[in-house]
Amino acid sequence: MTDRIPVTVLTGYLGAGKTTLLNRILSEPHGRKFAVIVNEFGEIGIDNDLIVGADEEIFEMNNGCLCCTVRGDLIRIIEGLLRRAGRFDAIIVETTGLADPAPVAQTFFVDEIVGRKTKLDAVVTVADAQWLERQLHEAPETKNQIAFADVILLNKTDLVSAASLRELEERLRALNPYAMLHKTQRCRVALDAVLGRNAFDLERILDLEPAFLGPVDAHHDHDEDHEHDDHHGPDHRHGQGGLVHHHDEDMRSIALATERPLDPDKFFPWVQDLVAKDGPNILRSKGILAFKDDPERFVFQGVHMILDGDHQRAWRDGEKRESRIVFIGRELPEERIRDGFAACQT
Amino acid sequence: MNEDQTLEARTRPVSAAGPVVAAHFLGATAAFVLGEEAVLLLSAHDERRVAVHAGGILAVAADGGGVVTGGDDGNVVITHADATSVVVARDPAGRWVDRVAIGPKGAIAWAAGKSAFVMTADGTPRALELPSSIGGLAFAPKGFRLAVAHYNGVSLWYPQATSAPQMLAWKGSHLKVAWSPDARFLITAMQEPALHGWRLADRTDLRMSGYKTKVRSLDWTASGDWLATGGADQLVLWPFQGKDGPMARSPRLLASAPASVLEVACHPKEDLIAVGYAHGLVLLVRIKDGAELIARRPDDQAVSALGWNADGTLLAFGTESGAAGIIDLR
Repeated sequence: MTDRIPVTVLTGYLGAGKTTLLNRILSEPHGRKFAVIVNEFGEIGIDNDLIVGADEEIFEMNNGCLCCTVRGDLIRIIEGLLRRAGRFDAIIVETTGLADPAPVAQTFFVDEIVGRKTKLDAVVTVADAQWLERQLHEAPETKNQIAFADVILLNKTDLVSAASLRELEERLRALNPYAMLHKTQRCRVALDAVLGRNAFDLERILDLEPAFLGPVDAHHDHDEDHEHDDHHGPDHRHGQGGLVHHHDEDMRSIALATERPLDPDKFFPWVQDLVAKDGPNILRSKGILAFKDDPERFVFQGVHMILDGDHQRAWRDGEKRESRIVFIGRELPEERIRDGFAACQT
Repeated sequence: MNEDQTLEARTRPVSAAGPVVAAHFLGATAAFVLGEEAVLLLSAHDERRVAVHAGGILAVAADGGGVVTGGDDGNVVITHADATSVVVARDPAGRWVDRVAIGPKGAIAWAAGKSAFVMTADGTPRALELPSSIGGLAFAPKGFRLAVAHYNGVSLWYPQATSAPQMLAWKGSHLKVAWSPDARFLITAMQEPALHGWRLADRTDLRMSGYKTKVRSLDWTASGDWLATGGADQLVLWPFQGKDGPMARSPRLLASAPASVLEVACHPKEDLIAVGYAHGLVLLVRIKDGAELIARRPDDQAVSALGWNADGTLLAFGTESGAAGIIDLR
């Protein structure tokens, strides 16, 4: 059985540098060939046989209890591209500036042919350092793109001061602590930082540390240490092992951890119910799970209501058997989630 | 039928050198349409490869006289048994032509993006813009009428009239569309693992669900009594006898296998169905008693095309890997 074709989703506001990055990918002498699916034709400077225009048509699919938005046009384009599968090694999907990455990602989970022949590699978001602050304020879609990303390129760093850059970096980390963040000019970054990431590969869920942290105090519980009844101003911050929270952010992440084994008969119904009810608000989820009496690690990842999980490998001798879960989303009912998770522990 | 017998000895093997997306007969000539570029024509003593598109072949339709293909080169091409091929149309914007249909008297329809086009054998094309990308095209069995499937429903278009098309609405992405042979019902295969349909007389909605995957192949039996469908690990047959068709009735389930049914092709005269599976098996299934005959043994090469000749004596098959053949049932 041939390997599945990797698909990279490239997102970001108009002018942030997606086209620059795309042109770099297509013109570097790496020997790989790409099929590119774009929304704005004619912007790509390199002559490439396999550039297809897409219409970004989204429809809502009802599949039993699962209800999600899907890029119908992508399914058809990918089916068409698969006719020429020998002529390219990977696919890049570029989305328009305000696009929500979720329908694109979900498309790869709901179609049998697409799911069998291709695999989602990573969501790469290009952010414009000069305008990001304003975009986050004016366009909520920008937050979606940041929170959804596996890789973020904070681009045009030459156009902002060092102090601004630090603030932007903190802001991005607050929205998405788990993405790999690169500061770039003209999207200049090694291509293996954006391609071949395997970010949706269950085999590759090795740990769930925030991308920039060193050893983490897994037991630090933020809520125990601070009172939040009195309202602080927008620049109230506190650190948690280097992670700065902006408390005006409606988009945030919740990290759960426990060394107590989980009961699978409680955990699966709980997490499925959680994503069914709160799915629209949960952008992405990831977990490494230690079940009671189970010698294997179980890993899962999710996009809104869609969950994908499997046993990954045996727990190694001497390896700490610990469960860790991350949810990234907006208006997440944190207390209810923590309570629900606690009830799954044995 | 003796289960140990297979039709292997009656099979003329064909190596297609590429995935086979469709198999049809033009008279006595078998036409294997490949995923890219070419159609392979096999007559009794001859094998010819005809280049028809500069890239991927995205859509195929055939009547006994010609095979019509749509490609990612924006062209619509018709190929005949004598290996001639003609570009009958080009999309004005060079878009992928990913749906085609053949109708009465050689009429051809095709779709690119949100545009549907129809051309009579000697007339100018007529065009229709739809609100969303076109998922399927089918000519009505009688009259000159086209069903165009898209998001949230199907538009019924009389191309030679000036009135706007009639819309049958149902939320979701409608892909293949097919008329029942008596034109009383219209059926669509959706992106979800389900079929939808309408009884046209009163526009009653039909819903046929329970599939494992989306239905990629469906075909009416010669008698019009059954709709054969793929999308499960067995052949799913919906009953269409009587004025209510499949309403409030269960499908007949035949020919279970440890693999999905990918292709179905009904015999042109008998209530007999050729069924192709994801693991390479091809069965002939008789509806009357569910009897099965192995036409091709499973070999992990997914069946991607099945086609009967006009009198049902020859069955052509193709696979995703390029292995193909013609089975002689005389």
